[in-house]
Amino acid sequence: MMNTVLRRSVLSIYNTSKKLTFRSFADSATKENIDKLVKNNKVVVFMKGVPDAPRCGFSNAVVQIMRMHAVPYDSHDVLADENLRQGIKDYSSWPTIPQVFINGEFVGGCDIMLQMHQSGELVEELKKVGIKSALLTASEQKQNETK
Amino acid sequence: MVRLLKLITKSSYICSIRTMSTELGPVASSITKKLKSSLATKHLDVINESYMHSVPKDSETHFKVVVVSDKFEGLPLIKRHRLVNDLLKEELQTGVHALSIVAKTPQQWDESDKVIENSPNCRGGFGK
Repeated sequence: MMNTVLRRSVLSIYNTSKKLTFRSFADSATKENIDKLVKNNKVVVFMKGVPDAPRCGFSNAVVQIMRMHAVPYDSHDVLADENLRQGIKDYSSWPTIPQVFINGEFVGGCDIMLQMHQSGELVEELKKVGIKSALLTASEQKQNETK
Repeated sequence: MVRLLKLITKSSYICSIRTMSTELGPVASSITKKLKSSLATKHLDVINESYMHSVPKDSETHFKVVVVSDKFEGLPLIKRHRLVNDLLKEELQTGVHALSIVAKTPQQWDESDKVIENSPNCRGGFGK
C-alpha cells in the first residue's frame, strides 16, 4: 500500500521522464518487479542496448530474429540498469544476456533463439501465444501464388 | 559477389587465427577440464572469441564451446545449456562474460555438417 502511494507521488514528480522514475527505484530488479516485466507482453527481451541500436552482437542477433518474424515485444536495456542486469540473471538462473521470455517463461538466450528459428520451433512457439510469424505469412502467400 | 568473397576471406582469416592459438589460457583449460570430466565429451572445442571484442589482448572473456556428449540424450536444448552453464558457474562469475554453447548428442554431431559458425560481431556493449 505504502509502495503504491510512494510510487504515485514519484510518478507525478517525474511524469515527464518515465525512465528516470523507473531507475530511481533501487528495487527495479526484485523478483516481483521482474515478474511484472516478463508478463507485461507475450514476448519480452532483456538485452544490451535498444532494438534500434543493440550494443552486443548476441543481442543484435535476437533483435534480427524478432524482426524477421515481425514479433511485437517489450525490450529492456540491462546496460541502463545495473540492478536489472544482475537481477534478470538471478531471476532466470541464466548467466548471460540476452534473455528471451515468451508468455512469462524463460525460453533461452541467443544460441537457443537461433536454433529455434532455424528448426522452425520458434514459429510454433509464437503460434501457441497467438503471434503469427511474418515468415509463416510469407510462406503461405507463396503457396497460394503457386496454386 | 564481392561481398561474398570478402566474407570468405574474412572467415578464413578468423579460422587461421583459431588454429594458430593452440596454447590454451588458464580459463580455457579449466573450462576444457571441467566439461571433459563431467560430461565425458565425445568432442569438445573451447574457442576463445575474446579477440573479437573490445578487451585487452589475450583476454579470456568471451568463449564458444562445442560440446558433444551422451549426457545430452533426451534433454531439451535449454536443459543442455543449463547443464553447461552450471558446470562453468565459477568461470562465468569470475570474468567470462559471454558463453556461446553448441550442445549436441554424438548422433546429432555425426549427422551435422560439423561447421561451427562464428559468433556475431561485437557491437561495443562490453568494455565499460
